[in-house]
Amino acid sequence: MRIEMLYFAWVREAVGISGEAVTPPEAVRNVADLIAWLGEQSEGHGRAFAEPEKLRAAIDQQFVPLDRELGAAREVAIFPPVTGG
Amino acid sequence: MIRVEVGPDPFDAATAAGALEQGGAGGIATFTGLVRADGGVSTLELEHYPGMTERVLRDLADEATRRWDLSAAIILHRVGPMTVGERIVFVGTAAAHRGEAIAAMHFLIDRLKTDAPFWKREHRAGGESWIEARAADDDAADRWRE
Repeated sequence: MRIEMLYFAWVREAVGISGEAVTPPEAVRNVADLIAWLGEQSEGHGRAFAEPEKLRAAIDQQFVPLDRELGAAREVAIFPPVTGG
Repeated sequence: MIRVEVGPDPFDAATAAGALEQGGAGGIATFTGLVRADGGVSTLELEHYPGMTERVLRDLADEATRRWDLSAAIILHRVGPMTVGERIVFVGTAAAHRGEAIAAMHFLIDRLKTDAPFWKREHRAGGESWIEARAADDDAADRWRE
């Protein structure tokens, strides 16, 4: 399954790119699995995804907990807790 | 009337407040957030998730309009680099009476801080750092959850 990844704030800086298309293996079921798998893709990914408890996620532009199944996700964003306003 | 705008250009809070006064409201409530001169901060930079940000803000404005009897709600949020004293965010509401306008304005700014995908980075003489989320902001937003 092909997923468009988006990264924001320090996650984007650590990975080194603002987004990428990925095709994770079947065993990747939920967002936490995806984060663990992404962490193995490069040194920068490893730094960005080393501490999942510091990360938040959105599937198709809706915030989701990290245990949410990916289902038919087209766009998944990974980022730190938000700090607007 | 609901208006939501997110962009890099400075906005005029007085013009936005003036727009709220049109349409027969009895009172308006506004909040303007500025870049604070926090211990040597020179520039604040805001990043956001284009598309999702606008949708979340519009959903919040819709929710405020359902919960309180508003005639108008305006949310303006800047992104990109800005300097100390510049406006970051404007939230304004208009209603027949003050109670509804003030409550809805307070709801919008509290929930915006935890629900909208924005990230702030501070630039100081010593370098730059991403601002960490505050538990107090989560508590403030939770008060408004039904």
